[in-house]
Amino acid sequence: MIEGCPPALLFVLGSLLIPCFKGRIRQLYLLAIPLFTLYVIYTIPEGRYWTYHFMNNVLMLGHVDRLSRVFGIVFALISFIAVLFAIQEKNAHHISALIYAGSALGVTFAGDLFTLYLFWEMMAITSTFLILAGHTVAARKAAFRYVLIHLFGGLCLLAGIAVRFYETGTLEVGYIGLKGISSYLIFMGVALNAAVPPLHPWLKDAYPEATPSGTVFLSAFTTKSAVYVMARMFPGAELLIWLGAFMTVFPILYAVFENNLRRVLSYSLINQVGFMLCGVGIGTQLALNGTASHAFCHILYKALLFMSMGSVLHMTGKIRCTDLGGLYKTMPLTCVFCMVGAASISAFPLFSGFVSKSMILSAAGHHNLVAIWFILQFASAGVLHHAGLKVPFYAFFSHDSGIRTKEPPLNMLIAMGITSFFCVFLGVYPEPLYRLLPYPVDYIPYTVTHVMGQLQLLMFFALGFALLLLSGYHPPEMRAIHLDLDWFYRIGGKGFYRLMDISWNGLNGFCERLFVKGFGGWAGRFSQHGFARLTVLFAAPFWALFGYDKEETDRRSEAIFLLYRKSAFPIGLSAAAATGLVVLIFLLN
Amino acid sequence: MKRELNLFDTRKNRQRLLYCFYIALAILLIPDFFIPKHGYFPWESYPNFFAAYGLLACMLLILVARVTRGIVKRKENYYD
Repeated sequence: MIEGCPPALLFVLGSLLIPCFKGRIRQLYLLAIPLFTLYVIYTIPEGRYWTYHFMNNVLMLGHVDRLSRVFGIVFALISFIAVLFAIQEKNAHHISALIYAGSALGVTFAGDLFTLYLFWEMMAITSTFLILAGHTVAARKAAFRYVLIHLFGGLCLLAGIAVRFYETGTLEVGYIGLKGISSYLIFMGVALNAAVPPLHPWLKDAYPEATPSGTVFLSAFTTKSAVYVMARMFPGAELLIWLGAFMTVFPILYAVFENNLRRVLSYSLINQVGFMLCGVGIGTQLALNGTASHAFCHILYKALLFMSMGSVLHMTGKIRCTDLGGLYKTMPLTCVFCMVGAASISAFPLFSGFVSKSMILSAAGHHNLVAIWFILQFASAGVLHHAGLKVPFYAFFSHDSGIRTKEPPLNMLIAMGITSFFCVFLGVYPEPLYRLLPYPVDYIPYTVTHVMGQLQLLMFFALGFALLLLSGYHPPEMRAIHLDLDWFYRIGGKGFYRLMDISWNGLNGFCERLFVKGFGGWAGRFSQHGFARLTVLFAAPFWALFGYDKEETDRRSEAIFLLYRKSAFPIGLSAAAATGLVVLIFLLN
Repeated sequence: MKRELNLFDTRKNRQRLLYCFYIALAILLIPDFFIPKHGYFPWESYPNFFAAYGLLACMLLILVARVTRGIVKRKENYYD
């Protein structure tokens, strides 16, 4: 029975029936879809399922192995949590969110590139609706930019797939490696979704504009499905090590002074994906295990952080550091959940980030990558600053903003509670997660060296933060925007528009002047008066010969103009002219 | 009416929190001299290497962030 229903289609088709239900039954139905899918993914044996023949190719919706399964499980799990968090949303929100989640599952289990591309584009389009659902002018504009960027990425991917099919004749999803134009095109398409710089700004541009619950969905699927595809197609690509390392560092700079807390989390998302891509680039079994486990833990704690900030936004309508503060008084549970997420992302021992991130760092050490190791240590300390300290501090503590609100609705609290449980559970007891990983795990995160090192790194970083904050040297929060590379297409786009406006509309105007007013006007005037003038020109010497005075000449020429305007020639004259023309043609022949 | 939670409104409590924090730091520093450690790189076993690196990382991050902010900061309606 299980083999009859691919996970992606369970979501996509299941979501179409949502409007058929109401009230409590609708809520149960919404939660049942991801739970049942989770069961399917968890229990199905490895293998290839759900193949269809299409134009001499085999489309495969179910390539189940250990790598795709671990991503599939966490996607289904987070869908359940996010649906629970979003249960009060309208039908349309749930439909687009579930098709989006289902498309991510479709990408994960795709056995061929065509299926992968299909779900890739579905993901781009359905996620746009979650941003549009923010229902603000800023959200509408951001969604427009978001979908354009993603369609560009999709086209790169499609071009890469087409060239690859032409070169190799196969569409199978598997190791590609960076070699040749097709692989670079595919790499670029995937890198755009993974928010690899310089293709990253869509993420920090669009995610903070979505609905409070929409961002929870968004934070999980697009980037992590791209990480999965990278791990599947480009493991061991050295370029990814350096791109990943750069990705871990530069977003934390922006996160230091960013004012919108959901944008801070978006930057931190880019930073975390950097760790995963670094792991893909290193490409050893330990590193790929690290990438998969870090994706698993990251999806949970990042969703938890976005849920806590979503709750703050939902209850207060505010999300900027400058507007918030002192919320621990009225939202203590949300505050605790947020701090669990913060501790997890900062990789404090006993929280989930610790057991997964340290695998990637160990892989870098194992490979003797000194510079990368230092960069990643710096970045993991930097995570503590923006996600671990800044987000909880400015939202829940800092100065008292005077806002008095309540805890969010029960379903939101339960969703955050479940996620917090997983964050702590996996941190304390990582074996269940390690058993799911693509390769056999021979790794012990809790060694004295590790725990002491990590605690010292984090605590003394926190000391630095405290000292700088108390001394007033820490950059103060202020209402401002900070230029990122999206400047190029936001301002560049305007410039391009103006350039096109000037050049093409200029050409248009020139042509109008030349042909419509110039040549066309001349032709019009000629056809109106030209023949009359020619006739007057022809008759004038005869009138002079007959000795007409000026008055008589004017009268006659006016009569000729009138004749032409009315086309009222005497029949005899017309006949004579026509006969003359025939005679002329005959003579010339 | 329920009394408001105001744990961190008093100066005394904030001071206490800071003291707890400093004590925790001291507890982390002292045993590090005596614990044998095995890392991938030699400097991982230097006593208190990570504490120094953490503090340094924070200073460096904030310093670079201040400079970067000076370059990239614009008014909130810059794009409108």
